[in-house]
Amino acid sequence: MPDDDAREDAHKNGDTRVEEEEKETAPAPDDEVAAAVVERFPGTVFHCSHGQPVVYVDRAVWAELGGFLRDEQQFTQCVDVTAVDHLVDAARLFVPGVDPERFEVVASFLSHPRNRRIRAICEVPAEDATVPSLTDAYPGANFGEREVYDLFGIAFTGHPDLVRILMPDDWVGYPLRKDDAPARVPVTFKEDPRPR
Amino acid sequence: MSDTRGGTRDDSDVRTPDDEHDDELAPDPRLTRQTDEGAQELQQTRDLVVTGGPWPEVEGEGDTMIINMGPQHPSTHGVLRLMLELDAETIVRAKPVVGYLHTGMEKTGEELTYVQGATNVTRMDYASPLSNELVFSMAVEQLLDVEVPPRATWIRMYLNELNRIASHLLWQATNGLDLGALSMIIYGWREREETLRLLEKITGLRMNNNYIRPGGVAAELPDGWQDDTLELCNLVEKGTAEYDELLTGNPIWQERLVGVGVITTEQALALSATGPILRSTGFPWDLRKSQPYLAYDQVDFDVIYTENGDCYDRYRLRLQEILESVKIVRQCVEKMPPGDYRVQDRKVTPPPRARIDESMEALIHHFKLFTEGFKVPPGETYVAVESPRGEVGCYLVADGTGKPCRLHIRGPSFYNLQAMSPMMEDRLIADAVAVISSVDPIMGEVDR
Amino acid sequence: MGLEQVPYSFLTGRLEDLVKWARRNSVWPATFGLACCALEMMAAGAAHYDLARYGMEVFRASPRQADLMIVAGRVSQKMGPVLRQVYDQMVEPKWVISMGVCASTGGMFNNYALVQGVDQIVPVDVYVPGCPPGPETLMHGILLLHGEIRSGEIMKRRARTAHGGAAIQVDQRDGTPADSLATR
Repeated sequence: MPDDDAREDAHKNGDTRVEEEEKETAPAPDDEVAAAVVERFPGTVFHCSHGQPVVYVDRAVWAELGGFLRDEQQFTQCVDVTAVDHLVDAARLFVPGVDPERFEVVASFLSHPRNRRIRAICEVPAEDATVPSLTDAYPGANFGEREVYDLFGIAFTGHPDLVRILMPDDWVGYPLRKDDAPARVPVTFKEDPRPR
Repeated sequence: MSDTRGGTRDDSDVRTPDDEHDDELAPDPRLTRQTDEGAQELQQTRDLVVTGGPWPEVEGEGDTMIINMGPQHPSTHGVLRLMLELDAETIVRAKPVVGYLHTGMEKTGEELTYVQGATNVTRMDYASPLSNELVFSMAVEQLLDVEVPPRATWIRMYLNELNRIASHLLWQATNGLDLGALSMIIYGWREREETLRLLEKITGLRMNNNYIRPGGVAAELPDGWQDDTLELCNLVEKGTAEYDELLTGNPIWQERLVGVGVITTEQALALSATGPILRSTGFPWDLRKSQPYLAYDQVDFDVIYTENGDCYDRYRLRLQEILESVKIVRQCVEKMPPGDYRVQDRKVTPPPRARIDESMEALIHHFKLFTEGFKVPPGETYVAVESPRGEVGCYLVADGTGKPCRLHIRGPSFYNLQAMSPMMEDRLIADAVAVISSVDPIMGEVDR
Repeated sequence: MGLEQVPYSFLTGRLEDLVKWARRNSVWPATFGLACCALEMMAAGAAHYDLARYGMEVFRASPRQADLMIVAGRVSQKMGPVLRQVYDQMVEPKWVISMGVCASTGGMFNNYALVQGVDQIVPVDVYVPGCPPGPETLMHGILLLHGEIRSGEIMKRRARTAHGGAAIQVDQRDGTPADSLATR
């Protein structure tokens, strides 16, 4: 499996960061919001990424997480929804307790009254690329989810208007997937006839 | 038929339908037939005559009409397409359709090294390119765990504020153009040209500067920058005072903008709107004050916010923000610390050009940096700064190689466009232009 | 020279010179600003660089009233048909300046999303390089165009190459003939 290979490669390279993560089996959330999330949704893994709190949740509870953050944790805005394709990673950040899949959907939240941020990540397998939508709790996630659908092909169930937003409506393929080529046109110059 | 009467010119010339002279002057039979038929036609279809009479009840009256506005239209906000559902002149629903400027920048970002990355992200929000470069560089530096020297930090802050001045002046000009105040676009470019000239002196380019790079900035500030900056500050303050006088109290301006495009704080927060839109609703949220980055906690400035959430408020807000930025720029001139303009770690920043001739190591480093780039250990981070349009963020995932695994820029205009629909509903079409203008979308960062 | 000193009150010249003079001194651009280059195009029209000296400060929103389309910015796949439609609506004689490297060749974005050069869609008369080209560069391009109009070269070339390709009809991949607004 590509992810395991990547991890093996990382071990071989002696990437210290990966080894550090392995030493801690279940880091205690030192961020109170993350602790609340871990308590409310068992199975959530907390990770501190360069000083920023990140919670890895199961995608089944994605929409509920949105409601929880908005209603009980005063996270007033969902700032960004995006996705990552880890198909060809040379080395992937390994967080213990998280079962890595090909795609990750990432949502960033901001709480104005508490002046803090939190990031939530859920793993999405390639063969069943669907995630519940955050638009019930955060209508502002609408465009972000459409963009993820358009560029990655991850469908959001419960989204009011899941159609392509950036590519033409009849486009075939999902451009930001790693197996979708950038489609670079070979460039030729007058003096140098080889196409670059 | 020629009239060969000749002789007396009397009223017998005048032909009338029931004139007995008609027998002599038999008119063209075709003419009569046409006239007869024509008259009959008119008789039958009298119900549909346009010039008068009551309109018949046409089926489907009261239905709305869907009209398309853009993507090519004279408003200078780029290629935004709006589907408007209209009931006479009132907008029932508005739906923005974007994607007409999609450039695949995030895909291109995965093909470029981190050193080259700034050239790519700078073209997203092309009205304030240095904000994009800043947020990208900050994300890379966070993943690398390098700290940028204080002078580089202050230079970055100084340039960002210059960019904010240029962007808001551009907005003032295009807002005026959209609303018909054509003198505003001519005058607005006056100060913007001076700002761009200063940016050209410092960074080498008027726009899309590629100056803020991971590790610091690309080059040292040129000699005499303090004097040039203070001169610019004076010019901008004078110009802003003129625009204030020209427009703020102008009754036509107020008629067009007051009460137009109102949005409430709850709506703005729910729709992920940030920046001047959120601040105009009475919510004083500015990342420079609330979550300070660079050296914003060491300079003194105010967060401008207004209460009503309409287009007039956003106009006044942006005008005032220009003056706040001028304040910050003046403080940067006074307090600029000495030191390096980029971090000295040779693995991250290239050596000075002069050293290349002297040291083999420097040459190798330079070569490797500009061909392969530096490698960033695996990790992910999200960094956000306050651009003139709102919160611009960079979500960067690194995988240990010299190119990012995922580079995503959270463009403020992309999410602000969601806030545009409630602003336009139940307003007239003429207000739609005012609303689009006050949302200030830059399509480069909407579509990326 | 005051009119009083002219001994005879008529001048001779060729009609086509008069037509060319009129055409090049009142080229009205259509608004087709797409991206960053649009800001520099607006700067060229503003007071500092001032396109009004060429009679070009009126940017017509309606393509029917415009002579020149300055494609200022990157043309995405979604925008391509729109570009062609606007070009087709312009009335002859019409010219196209491709402003900036993105419009000329796809620029730094050699990928799936952009048309690699607007000359794949419309015939281009002047290419203005730069990213973005400063207003002086754009004005240099405009002056080149004026020179081409003055020498008549541009119209001769048009006649030789079927309107620079504008009159060529390209059918869709599935055989459906393309709508052409340009065939007359």
